[in-house]
Amino acid sequence: MIRQEQMQVVKQSAIATNIFELTLTGQLVLDMKQPGQFVHLRVSDQMEPLLRRPISISSINEKTLEFTMIYRAEGRGTKLLSEKKPGDQVDVLGPLGNGFPIDKVEVGQKALLIGGGIGVPPLFELSKRLVEKGVKPIHVLGFQSEDVVFYEKQFQELGETYIVTVDGSHGSTGFVTNVLEKLEDDFAVYYSCGPTPMLAALEKLYPEKEGYLSFEQRMGCGIGACFACVCDTTEKIEADYVKVCSDGPVFPSGVVRV
Amino acid sequence: MNRLATLLPGLTLKNPIMPASGCFGFGKEYAKLYDLSQLGAIMIKATTPETRLGNPTPRVAETPSGMLNAIGLQNPGLKKVLENELTWLEQYEVPIIANVAGYTTEDYVTVAEAISQAPNVQALELNISCPNVKQGGITFGTDPLIAEELTKAVKAVSSVPVYVKLSPNVTDIGEIAKAVEAGGADGITMINTLLGLRLDTKTGRPVIANVTGGLSGPAIKPVALRMVYDVAPKVSIPIIGMGGITNIDDVVDFLSAGASAVAIGTANFVDPFICPNLIEQLPAKLDELGFNTVTDLVGRSHRL
Repeated sequence: MIRQEQMQVVKQSAIATNIFELTLTGQLVLDMKQPGQFVHLRVSDQMEPLLRRPISISSINEKTLEFTMIYRAEGRGTKLLSEKKPGDQVDVLGPLGNGFPIDKVEVGQKALLIGGGIGVPPLFELSKRLVEKGVKPIHVLGFQSEDVVFYEKQFQELGETYIVTVDGSHGSTGFVTNVLEKLEDDFAVYYSCGPTPMLAALEKLYPEKEGYLSFEQRMGCGIGACFACVCDTTEKIEADYVKVCSDGPVFPSGVVRV
Repeated sequence: MNRLATLLPGLTLKNPIMPASGCFGFGKEYAKLYDLSQLGAIMIKATTPETRLGNPTPRVAETPSGMLNAIGLQNPGLKKVLENELTWLEQYEVPIIANVAGYTTEDYVTVAEAISQAPNVQALELNISCPNVKQGGITFGTDPLIAEELTKAVKAVSSVPVYVKLSPNVTDIGEIAKAVEAGGADGITMINTLLGLRLDTKTGRPVIANVTGGLSGPAIKPVALRMVYDVAPKVSIPIIGMGGITNIDDVVDFLSAGASAVAIGTANFVDPFICPNLIEQLPAKLDELGFNTVTDLVGRSHRL
């Protein structure tokens, strides 16, 4: 169920250059059922900046009623969000969208998780749930450079983790695909979130594999009413288009035309 | 007696607040959040004869206290709107105002004739003001003669009253208002979005794929309010006012300026509960201002 709630900031910290980790608490956490869903946040009580910001959920803790987001403070909105202090209220609409299905992989099988930059965060909750289920995750995480790498240790604790940076300042050099080409493809399912060119490269690399890709698109309402975030589809599904916010953000590979 | 009740051609509104076309889809998404029967009416998304897939993305961009959009009238087309959307909306006790769009006069006539016969469609809103499509839309809304002719053509086939949605992207909106009134319009809805542009400062490229988009949100409220204030004394048909309404004071302002009812657009994206919230706040606001009914408030700025 989608709800609107004034949630409270528990903690916020910078974990890499311009990358923030923000934890909120409230009842809405109880409705967060799937990894890969997102919330739509107001960053100000004023009408400026006007629109909500869609931000993916990176981890969920039902026991403490807390959830965490990792985001890049880039524009006006996310910069304001990064100034929130413990005790501050944040207007949250969520949880929104459809996340990664974890029932597509069996106990004992391997799952490949590929993240690019600020697309990495939702893979963290996904990986935790896969591990809980008894699935072995393999993480391949790509970043621009060392200063924006985050959660390397957290992912390592969950499973095999490869870091790759475009400039080679941390881990191996290049793109996630440079690492993937050298990995065995004995995984059952792959999951990914990141820039669209990366998602397109994965579909090309694993045409026969079952994959689930999380897309990003500029949004208005976040609930499917405004038609801002539509994507063209392939012949694989009947619909002429999908909305990233309410039909996605996660789609089976090959559905969205990339 | 219901102090919020508003009577308009074709429309018996339990309150004067409704979501604006294009900001509410066909209601399904908001129905998950609250009971749509609370609303005064619903202005559904523009309907064209055939399916339209709209413009390339990005389709929206935020601007200071506002946003630009260039969705491009994406909709499933007349047949599907009648079969799926309007039928589904029948479960709610809420009048539907169907927004009608097209490339040609024939398109408008085709949609108007068919959609006006749906049992829950109690009025049409003629969209002659969409700035985001290359043909149709705004081209009908910037020339008084063409606007008048189109209104006549649609009036001739519609089985419900016809409201015409005016564009602010004209030199004299009063001219267009008078023209559509002469063409037989039963009411006016105003304003649609203002044509705008946002550039990526680093690259110099437009942020929206369509290059330009329609500006909406609180940034345009003063413009919209001025236009309603301007048009109200010039016509004898009612106005449904809209443009940047985000709170109850904005509602009061539009009613004072001469609108008989108001529509809420972009604010639905900021607060999806904005319409029921404003409806709930309206009686207390009337008390505070010393007015008994909404009708008493309409046009008060012209009586001072």
